[in-house]
Amino acid sequence: MLRASGVSFAYGRARKGRASDPPAAAAAHLRSAVVLDDVCLNVDRGELVGILGPNGSGKTTLLKLLGGMHRPTAGSVTLDDRPLAEWSHREIARRIAFVPQETIAPFDFSVLDIVLMGRFPHLGAFALEGPEDLAIARRALQATGTAPFEGRAFSTLSGGEKQRVVIASALAQDPQLLLLDEPTASLDIGHQIEVQKLLQQLNADQGVTMLLSTHDLNLAAALCRRLVLLKDGRVLASGPTEQVLTPPAIRALYGVDADIARHPATGHLTVVPIGRA
Amino acid sequence: MRPIRSRLAISLTVFGGLLLAALIVAPVVGSTSISLLRVFDRSVPFADNLDAQIFFIARLPRVVAAALVGAALAAAGVVFQALLRNPLATPDTLGVSSGAALGAMLAITFHLDFRIAGLPAIPLASFAGSLFALAVVYALATGRRRGLSTTVLLLAGVTMTGFLSALTMFTQYLANFTDTFRTVRWLMGMLDVGSYEPIVVVLPMLVVAFAMFATLPRALDLISLGADAAAARGVNVPRAERMALLSASLATGAAVSISGPIAFVGLVVPHLVRLFVGSDHRLVLPAAALFGAVFLIACDLVARAAFAPIELPVGIITAVIGGPFFLWLLVRSSR
Repeated sequence: MLRASGVSFAYGRARKGRASDPPAAAAAHLRSAVVLDDVCLNVDRGELVGILGPNGSGKTTLLKLLGGMHRPTAGSVTLDDRPLAEWSHREIARRIAFVPQETIAPFDFSVLDIVLMGRFPHLGAFALEGPEDLAIARRALQATGTAPFEGRAFSTLSGGEKQRVVIASALAQDPQLLLLDEPTASLDIGHQIEVQKLLQQLNADQGVTMLLSTHDLNLAAALCRRLVLLKDGRVLASGPTEQVLTPPAIRALYGVDADIARHPATGHLTVVPIGRA
Repeated sequence: MRPIRSRLAISLTVFGGLLLAALIVAPVVGSTSISLLRVFDRSVPFADNLDAQIFFIARLPRVVAAALVGAALAAAGVVFQALLRNPLATPDTLGVSSGAALGAMLAITFHLDFRIAGLPAIPLASFAGSLFALAVVYALATGRRRGLSTTVLLLAGVTMTGFLSALTMFTQYLANFTDTFRTVRWLMGMLDVGSYEPIVVVLPMLVVAFAMFATLPRALDLISLGADAAAARGVNVPRAERMALLSASLATGAAVSISGPIAFVGLVVPHLVRLFVGSDHRLVLPAAALFGAVFLIACDLVARAAFAPIELPVGIITAVIGGPFFLWLLVRSSR
């Protein structure tokens, strides 16, 4: 459904450097701006795919390219075999929703306000939400377990509650694909489990396709059937979780020795970092 | 919570009703007392109806000016706050009104006398000034791609204001005596327009600005949560931001060319309105425009009546109310 082929991205203007620059300096300058380099990735309907990679490996940028928020400097992203550049902003948003790492509301929006904003791509320029939109928003609140505080101010919620509300807002977009940027970062283990269960449920029951980036290897092992390992803007490995999540891969990715074993009670792989390699 | 449709209807009725009342009551107040009954008495021809003449010719222009300036500054304040994701951003705190005032001063002092598309030089120059100041602050705010902290934003605004005010003073220093007199309003903020003419000439600018505002509210809701979040919800962020910048500069420029920079309207009004209608910009923007008009009419009434027969510049009244209000917000938001 969503396919990135040979995607590269550099922040700022793709400066060619001046002729007077010494070649080494020009190359270093170019390299420093390049975030993604020739990345290929494919997400099929119904999948739950994880992106792993150290800080600064380009995970967030990749998600934003896939969601049409940035345009790649080279290569192309296609949604249902049509280049993303040919879709309008609203068309994309009716199919793909994005949940950022953190959402800060500078004004006192209520939880319901935030969730109703997810209806934006479905409404005309001057249309106001009708009863149907409200019903969809309420269903999203139910699905994320946030219905009890729909009237509360978003800014008064805890981190985990905020994250679930933003997921509800993304669900109100009625998307086929959900992109999540480190959905459990900055949450305690209780909230982590909550969000993990929620994502699992949405994927299994409602068939929402998901692509998420994370630093939490155990979350990735528990949740994702397929992983993409990203380092320095390049794909290091990609494939089924069982095959990709190995000690050599962890060493190559993070420079860390880790013990990986199947956890008897949960049935998925667990990763225990041991030390710097 | 009621559906948005009925909340919008209620807030438009309430704030629209307030404005209508203010427009009728304000011209009645003044050194010569007039009767509303006689003002609207159709049996007396207008030429013989002294009360109607005082109402429509002597006083109403000033009230209408207050209404338009108040509406424009308050709405521009709402747009600035959403665009910069900061409740303390306003035309005054960002130096945008100072830019507009400088533009107007330059046009007067150097006797710029051109028209573009029927618009005279002073409003155009003040639009250019506000657009320039806003572009600088906006470039600073988005240059780091993460938005500015309140501290940096306010410091940038103070710096812009200081810089532009110095240029305004310098221009004032160069001006001859007659021009100096004409430029006083751009230092203090005054609404005694004298006739409908200064209002009519900037009306096209205001109409365009408000037509652009009308397309913005939902995009502003989303942009206030972050540019990426807004883009992911289907907002064409670059286009919405350009519209917002342009329309807010137009509104500020038009308002300042009528009255000079009147401080704090763009700060006080949006915050008061949010207390009643919440944060949804589809409610806040029209309510702030209507209530901004009421607010400035009321302040001007105080300016005219407090030390009658002396008329104070209305900027003094809004600053006396707005200054402490701003400090209170600052303390509350830094907690």
